[in-house]
Amino acid sequence: MSRLRLATAWLGGCSGCHMSFLDLGEQLIEISDALELVYGPLVDAKEFPEEVDVALIEGAVANFENLELLQQIRNRSKLLISFGDCAITGNVTSLRNFFSVDDLLTAVYHAGPGSAPRSDEADQVLPELLPRVLPLHQVVEVDAYIPGCPPDPERIMAALSALLQGQTVQLSEEQRTFG
Amino acid sequence: MPAITLTINNDLISARQGQTLLEVAREHGIEIPTLCHLDGLEAMGGCRLCLVELQGSSRPVPSCVTRAAEGMVVTTHSDKLVEYRKMLVELLLAERTHTCSICVQNNNCELQTLAAKLGIDHVRFDYLNQQLPMDASRERFALDHNRCVLCLRCVRVCDAVEGAHTWDVRGRGSTSRIVADLDRPWGTSTSCTDCGKCVQLCPTGALFKKGATVGEMRKERSFLNRILERRRLAAQGGTP
Repeated sequence: MSRLRLATAWLGGCSGCHMSFLDLGEQLIEISDALELVYGPLVDAKEFPEEVDVALIEGAVANFENLELLQQIRNRSKLLISFGDCAITGNVTSLRNFFSVDDLLTAVYHAGPGSAPRSDEADQVLPELLPRVLPLHQVVEVDAYIPGCPPDPERIMAALSALLQGQTVQLSEEQRTFG
Repeated sequence: MPAITLTINNDLISARQGQTLLEVAREHGIEIPTLCHLDGLEAMGGCRLCLVELQGSSRPVPSCVTRAAEGMVVTTHSDKLVEYRKMLVELLLAERTHTCSICVQNNNCELQTLAAKLGIDHVRFDYLNQQLPMDASRERFALDHNRCVLCLRCVRVCDAVEGAHTWDVRGRGSTSRIVADLDRPWGTSTSCTDCGKCVQLCPTGALFKKGATVGEMRKERSFLNRILERRRLAAQGGTP
């Protein structure tokens, strides 16, 4: 049987969902024969590959780089899964939606303390922000959701087990809470 | 009290005259979700989660304020009702900024639990991202409007049980806000007794104890029925 081609991606989030993925620990070794990790912050692929079976996407869509990558992932993946609260609700990443992009950049980079790039320099270095942070399903079609901030390893394993058995992801009530 | 007979979900059920459909359903082990209702507080039919279908009625009715009547035919969990309930909770999640992961009430929240129970794994509506203020002017407690679902439990308990009537409501629809003493900072309220009943009954992290960190706030609401039971006994001339 061919191995499940799994990709993960990290958009506007804190990487906590990927930390939780690593928290699968020995279970990762147990399932490693059945799946192949083809892209993500945990492997060294530079380009998102073609014909991915399942893509776990952490983080909200916060800037144009996120947007382009997400669209590429959608085009090249059979199943796209919103991985964690930022991907599903916007969560902490979307708290910047209270402010306009200009006000935000001024407060953090132009007027803020520290050695962060300022003014024009900041505008050139930073990826261009979208006016509003969006959850994935408001941008592309999403096939399943793994809520949680971060989703605990049991939830991730429940989803992966279902996918490896060719079933759809259906988490129990206890595994479905936001937060 | 005269008994009546009605049909709920195809089962013949007997009830007492004057009972609401919600009371009858719960007595028979049928769980209908609610957010604004709490035994002991006056029912108000605000959250609409307890909507049920009545044969002969063109639209669903809130079971917490609808009295059971002889011969009624009631459906509590049709596909349509479940879909309405999901939609109502999704709208609540989209209207204000709940962000469970940074809430004092995380994992102890009625709205969060209800969403999971109803099978909500994402919200189909655009988030409004309203930036609403917090009122932390009171010494022991604070109010975060971002997490308020306008269930008005705080308003009702403050008026009917504590007798202070500190809380009230300002505005209409989604612009409604809970206000203390005709809209002044809670810390300057002269009517508030600091009893904390409103805080304990709030279903979300909108009202909380100061100093509680994320996921720490647990609410204790058994006091409500204890107080009301003692009052009832006292009114009958018994020993409270």
